[in-house]
Amino acid sequence: MSGPDLDPLDFDTPRFTIRKPAVRYDQQGDASDAERSAAAVRAFVRDMSRTAATYMESCIRCGHCAEACHFYLASGDPAHTPIWKLEPFRQAYRREAGPFRWLYRKLNLAPEPAARELREWQELLYDSCSMCGRCTLACPMGIDIAGLVAQARHGMFAAGLVPHELHAVAERAEREGSPLGATPKVLKERIEWLCDEHAVEIPLDLPRAEVLVTLSSIEIMKYPKSIVATARILKHLGVSWTLRSEGYEATNFGLFSGNADWQRDMSLRVINAALACGARTLLLPECGHAYGAMRWQGANMYGKPLPFRVLHVTEFLADAVRGGRLKLKPLAGSITFHDPCQVSRRGGATQAPREVLAALGAELREMPAAGNANWCCGGGGGVVTLHRADEHRYRAFEIKMKQVEATGAQRLATSCSNCRLTFDDGQAHYKWDHRIESLLELVAEQLPT
Amino acid sequence: MELLEFARGPALAASAAVCVLGLAWRLYVVLGRPARADYSEPRRSDLVAGAMRTIFAKMLPPRGVKVRGVAMANAYLYHAGLALVAFGFAPHIRFIERYTGIGWPALPDPVMYVASGVAIVGLVIALIDRLSDRVLRLLSGFDDYFSWAVVMLPLLTGMALIDRPYQPAPQAATPVSPGLLAIHLLSLELLLVWLPFGKLAHAALVFVSRWRTGADFTRKGAAI
Repeated sequence: MSGPDLDPLDFDTPRFTIRKPAVRYDQQGDASDAERSAAAVRAFVRDMSRTAATYMESCIRCGHCAEACHFYLASGDPAHTPIWKLEPFRQAYRREAGPFRWLYRKLNLAPEPAARELREWQELLYDSCSMCGRCTLACPMGIDIAGLVAQARHGMFAAGLVPHELHAVAERAEREGSPLGATPKVLKERIEWLCDEHAVEIPLDLPRAEVLVTLSSIEIMKYPKSIVATARILKHLGVSWTLRSEGYEATNFGLFSGNADWQRDMSLRVINAALACGARTLLLPECGHAYGAMRWQGANMYGKPLPFRVLHVTEFLADAVRGGRLKLKPLAGSITFHDPCQVSRRGGATQAPREVLAALGAELREMPAAGNANWCCGGGGGVVTLHRADEHRYRAFEIKMKQVEATGAQRLATSCSNCRLTFDDGQAHYKWDHRIESLLELVAEQLPT
Repeated sequence: MELLEFARGPALAASAAVCVLGLAWRLYVVLGRPARADYSEPRRSDLVAGAMRTIFAKMLPPRGVKVRGVAMANAYLYHAGLALVAFGFAPHIRFIERYTGIGWPALPDPVMYVASGVAIVGLVIALIDRLSDRVLRLLSGFDDYFSWAVVMLPLLTGMALIDRPYQPAPQAATPVSPGLLAIHLLSLELLLVWLPFGKLAHAALVFVSRWRTGADFTRKGAAI
């Protein structure tokens, strides 16, 4: 079994995850194969809502989703076709919940997905799907394949068939409050250091504040200047804000790993922190999946509407630009922007970073297929944590590199620390001469003096 | 009972009933699955308009995303060919009118012959594509091939009838070739019987699926 002692974190490489395991444990617990299979099917069936059933019934097996998937294009392996990644889920649906389930069961037309099959599908559901949702754009039936993959992961978790690294970091996040060891103690130390080093004020545990700021562990451990940038911008805007040590971690590895209970726990920590300080706005950091997890799923974890706004930091900045509260010094040269899939394509906030870039006055050179159709960096959905996925992920990243190079822009920015981590790792792997920057940090640098 | 009588009578009634009831059952079970409440604050509230937009937008090639272009163009062609033949050909309109009382002007026969040809060639290309493309071969099962066959059969059996001039029923006491007509009708009835059970049900499900995504994604302002 994986655990904190067996799975030390590795901060010496561009990509932060646990150290490459000497022996992989890609299954958890000691359940028999039959029990794993039954547990997966039970979880699959729980997730078969009206929407999931509609999608399961509607696929016409046209294969258009393959061409939209960076992992399929990188491997050319038909098994990486997005809809094929859902085959065990589809089998379970037909057998247990579909309109003709009695026929499928009687004639065994859709056998119960066996543990052997689920093990085979682990690579398809975790290593080669970043849940970027590009396939939905290509699907003539409009099937939300990424959403279904997230649901299928619930079954995989129930079966105890989560990849080693992802289970280890998710379990750590549930236990310690952070997947990368950014515990409340570490956060406090970091804040003290940042305040000293950068002469900024970073309020922690204020009893009341208008805005509750949340962070990504990746920022805390790898890109702490983002925290400084946030503090400078909020001070410039005169906002009353705080971090809270009981709920600061915006990433949600419960979501990635497929454990809905952990996802709820992680969401509730942040929600309760916002409630405790009476925040009217919950500010999410530069993190793509944190946006999906809190902006679109947070209230559902809470079980009722949230009594505060949830904003990605780029939406917050765009709002300030629109309201005339944020004016910036011009940024020289040309820039291109990498859209984090969960914020732009799947989150609906595609225009916000563009409004901020316009306020920066830089020449924006859009990538081919920019914005909603943007190619994923390949690191989302927890893929970047998986050592065994590296080779495939690097090949998928080549698509992204070509997209960036086609712009000829001098600078490259994004608004997701996980994308940034993936770019840094890809840059080091290919010795690529492009360095990705944080849009948030660029804004802080261009604040009027 | 003559074969034609059987095809026009009990077989037609039974196949139509299976089609309607089967499709209704399929939709009833799908729509009867539990719906999840969404408590997130919507970005947009024009969900019905978004759902309708998606139904129509998804009829066009996607923007910014490369798809299998030739396959998509072929799909447009054979769908158009099938629709024209099914609803534009004089005998088919007369057939529908006989049972429903609803009729409309037919398209000229030469247009129908071209449409049939396009549909048949398009379906053959689609089958070759399905058999030769690695992705499609992996995704395909019995439903894909059988559905192809039950769509192709009425086209082929219909083509066997078109060398005989069509005459409306009052002029022709008995059809020119009752055996061939019966086979044509039976092939249509096979299609009707299969439709609710396989992928051909996408004729109805396409609206449900696109509506669902359209409404959900419009709520978020996400890309469709």
